[in-house]
Amino acid sequence: MTDMLIILFTGILVNNYPLVQFLGICPFLGVSKKLDSAVGMSIAVTFVMMMATAVTWPIYSFLLEPRGLAYLQTLVFILVIAALVQLVETFLKKYVPSLYSALGVYLPLITTNCAVLGVTVLNIDEGYNFLQSMVNAFGCGMGYLLAMVLFAGVRSRLENIDAPEHFKGLPLTLIAASILSASFVGFTGVVDGLFM
Amino acid sequence: MEALIFPVLLVAVVSILAGLILAFAAKFFAVEVDERVTQIRECLPGANCGGCGFAGCDDYAASLVANPELATNLCTVGGPAVAQKISEILGVSFEAATPKHALVHCNGTCQNTKYAIDYEGPQTCAACNTLFGGRGTCNYGCIGFGDCVAACNYDAIHLIDGVAVVDPENCVACGACVRACPKGLIDLIPETSKIYVSCSSKAKGAVTRQACAVGCIACRKCEKSCPSGAITVNDNVASIDPEKCTNCGLCMSQCPTGAIRNVMYCGGIVPGSAAHD
Repeated sequence: MTDMLIILFTGILVNNYPLVQFLGICPFLGVSKKLDSAVGMSIAVTFVMMMATAVTWPIYSFLLEPRGLAYLQTLVFILVIAALVQLVETFLKKYVPSLYSALGVYLPLITTNCAVLGVTVLNIDEGYNFLQSMVNAFGCGMGYLLAMVLFAGVRSRLENIDAPEHFKGLPLTLIAASILSASFVGFTGVVDGLFM
Repeated sequence: MEALIFPVLLVAVVSILAGLILAFAAKFFAVEVDERVTQIRECLPGANCGGCGFAGCDDYAASLVANPELATNLCTVGGPAVAQKISEILGVSFEAATPKHALVHCNGTCQNTKYAIDYEGPQTCAACNTLFGGRGTCNYGCIGFGDCVAACNYDAIHLIDGVAVVDPENCVACGACVRACPKGLIDLIPETSKIYVSCSSKAKGAVTRQACAVGCIACRKCEKSCPSGAITVNDNVASIDPEKCTNCGLCMSQCPTGAIRNVMYCGGIVPGSAAHD
């Protein structure tokens, strides 16, 4: 149980994907302008991360690794994840229109997002078993949500600020992101202290 | 050789499988889109301004087909021409909406009112409004940084003499400025109504009088003079019901401060009293 909690909170705080690992920066900067779209995007990312992990872990463990094809990992993972997200999108459109209208617009954005590919590859690298991989995927998704919500708040403040002309827009956003990222460095080691 | 063939085969098989599954999914899970939605969408201007009250032209088109009760004339940008086309596609009777345009209910120009504070913060109405409710002596008036001007996609609203003024020629009544104004000074009125109250001050008459030369002091002269009962004074400010107003102009001549004006004369530069002629 404790190791599951450690994996979960490591995913949320210590290895926060956009802020510490710098994965999934593109939607982090792109979709964080408004709080509701930031939350929608993060939930879609969590959803896809867990789906992708559930599919890629068995493929790696039962198909690729026993035959010494570990080098095909990236290629096969991208292929499978892209197809999976497409499939989920068409499925949602037909059967769960409400969920589709909430998440649908973000799904194509994250088909081969590096955060999604990253979580599947890092699960393998860390040597997690299936359950641990799923917990890690969920934790990373929640970490993404946390970062997005925090940054959406920061950005709504930046909108009304009287900044010098050359800082307005993306430069100021990037500076704010780097400060937020630096603050997350403070979480290093905090999880070990909590559960050990 | 085998070490080479197997990976190639594996990737090929996985790709073909994925492709087949997606192809079948596209067929089995296909959502039928009513062809009328596409037709209506092509008629709509595609401005995505939200003036109809929906999330954009696509949403309005889908809602029209889904809900036959929905009015076909909600698109203010396209006007009657688009409403007629939509009605033809849906096979319903066509009813033209009265064209509307936006109107700023404030005439606090630089001559009529003064600045109370020397504001040097971010140059937007929204930011200025958070500090003491604006920089003018009147707490209800136009702040004059032009959030509405920035919101307008049609070049229909401008700052003239410190007050936002709508150009009815260009205005399509999308309501973007209505939503942008932190003071809620702008609303949409039918093009047929010509007389309007150019003040939104809810302060008591004496306070309004001190703050602005052309404010509504809620003396109720207009209310008493109106032969059709179109004017009511609520919260210390008069309002005209465009449904009842006959544009007779009697209230305009009664108003002691010139707060009631004619749309035709409101160039912004014309002081309130000049609207009487």
